[in-house]
Amino acid sequence: MNKTYDYIVVGAGISGAVVAYELAKRKAGSILILDKDFPTAGATGSCAAGIRAQFGTEFNVSLMKISLEKFENLHEELDYPKELIGLHQGGYLVLAYSEEEMENLRRNVRVQHKIGINTEILTPEEVHYRWPMLRLDGVVGATYHARDGHADPFYTTFAYIEAAKRLGAELRKYTPVLKLLTEGEKVVGVETPDGPIYGGNIVVAAGTWSTKLLKDIGVDIPLWAEKHEILITEPLARFLDPMVISFSKDFYAQQRPHGGFIMGVSPDDPEHWFDPKDYNIQSSWHFLKKMASTILEVMPFLKDVHIVRQWAGFYDMTTDHHHIVGPIDAYDGLWILAGGSGHGFMFGPSVGMILAQWIVGEELAYDITKLNWKRFDEGKLVIEPAVVG
Amino acid sequence: MDPEKVIVCRCEDVTLADIRKAIYELGYTTYDEVKRYTRAGMGPCGGKTCRPIILRELARYWNTTPDKVPMRPTMIRPPMKNITFATAVEVEDNE
Ligand SMILES: Cc1cc2nc3c(=O)[nH]c(=O)nc-3n(C[C@H](O)[C@H](O)[C@H](O)COP(=O)(O)OP(=O)(O)OC[C@H]3O[C@@H](n4cnc5c(N)ncnc54)[C@H](O)[C@@H]3O)c2cc1C
Ligand code: FES
Repeated sequence: MNKTYDYIVVGAGISGAVVAYELAKRKAGSILILDKDFPTAGATGSCAAGIRAQFGTEFNVSLMKISLEKFENLHEELDYPKELIGLHQGGYLVLAYSEEEMENLRRNVRVQHKIGINTEILTPEEVHYRWPMLRLDGVVGATYHARDGHADPFYTTFAYIEAAKRLGAELRKYTPVLKLLTEGEKVVGVETPDGPIYGGNIVVAAGTWSTKLLKDIGVDIPLWAEKHEILITEPLARFLDPMVISFSKDFYAQQRPHGGFIMGVSPDDPEHWFDPKDYNIQSSWHFLKKMASTILEVMPFLKDVHIVRQWAGFYDMTTDHHHIVGPIDAYDGLWILAGGSGHGFMFGPSVGMILAQWIVGEELAYDITKLNWKRFDEGKLVIEPAVVG
Repeated sequence: MDPEKVIVCRCEDVTLADIRKAIYELGYTTYDEVKRYTRAGMGPCGGKTCRPIILRELARYWNTTPDKVPMRPTMIRPPMKNITFATAVEVEDNE
């Protein structure tokens, strides 16, 4: 007989890890985290792990401000060696290639300043002065926020999982949820290959796999997997601190702690799927070619540098590129945190904490209730202008 | 030798003590888990040097031989030979 839990968290990516920890910290009850593979087996383990507060709405900037503060203190909160969170705040440098784009960035910066995110606006000359290695052909201006950066997605997720375990949460790996179990209007547990596991509350944090799990109990959410590719180079001596991105050219590139450059560019017409049985994670030559020609325009110094690894992962896209969070009130006890839309790693620490507050009935650190699953049917989409791909 | 001082993965600076902690204290007992928990094997060399050592440690835990340690089939990750950006721009993409 399997034990009965107060909370079953389905999925041990950044989302499930944060929710489980934040519930355990609040002594919400007994918690089981399930993963069909192991922590970071999904999008979290294939992501670029960039963190930025340079968004264009008060909503996203406020949430990212909370996330940044979380990341900055995570080693203390989770009692984990600082170097093992891998937080590196080298900033994000956002390049603009037209006056219109620059005007949008300026507008975003006004929003950011209002929230206390001190982004700088730079001329091409100032960019050149600080980062002379970048080629700025066509660049009309840029913005830079020094507290942006990246954290290690593996270390961060495991730090949350281990902290949750120390607070009493259990982790069961290699245990897929085959079906969510319901009785009338309530969820009562999950079916697994080892038999049913019962629980009063189920938090679906299964990334792009959430869609199918919910569809099987009659809940439709507009969340799909979109293939995005990424590569890393051989290590070079460290000389470029910020993540360099452009919204119009849809690329990001950054030098990692061990010196390799990690980068991605969005596909013109991304492959996407709703059902996991269709997923295709093959890397492509097309990406390699597009990435190389895009990046050499900005970072010509990479010309003779070797690409050592290339992989593909799934952006967890929703119609308005925001998470789906909160109760799925078609069933009592059913909750969701999924659909970070290519920025689910950086929002994980704030949105996951706020969901735990929502679940236990605490006051929310920031009101995210508009990210509820009904917004799509009600036509209340949440629009963000500053997204890459 | 002191496991704290034995470096298993040079690329990611992971010691034998780190590997053993993952396996014996935290219960990460497959190659995929040890790799993600410690980052050993994710460095620029792609695990060429450290993978056999980690598999040997896991084989000891499972009381088996290194080739029988539980592991997810590895994804083939092109480029099979390391190529430069200058070469990548030239590739024919007619897949
Ligand atoms: C190439 C790429 C680059 C990215 N770059 C960034 C970036 O720079 N910054 C950023 O913030 N975000 C980035 N993202 C997005 C980010 O990776 C995701 O939004 C985020 O990791 C999603 O986390 P998650 O925990 O919700 O889902 P996942 O990490 O996908 O976790 C879901 C987990 O659920 C498990 N699971 C699935 N089905 C079941 C089941 N039936 N039973 C049990 N377990 C199950 C899976 O094994 C998995 O471990 C990037 C994504 C990609 C692909
Ligand atoms: S030695 Fe471990 S990845 Fe290179």
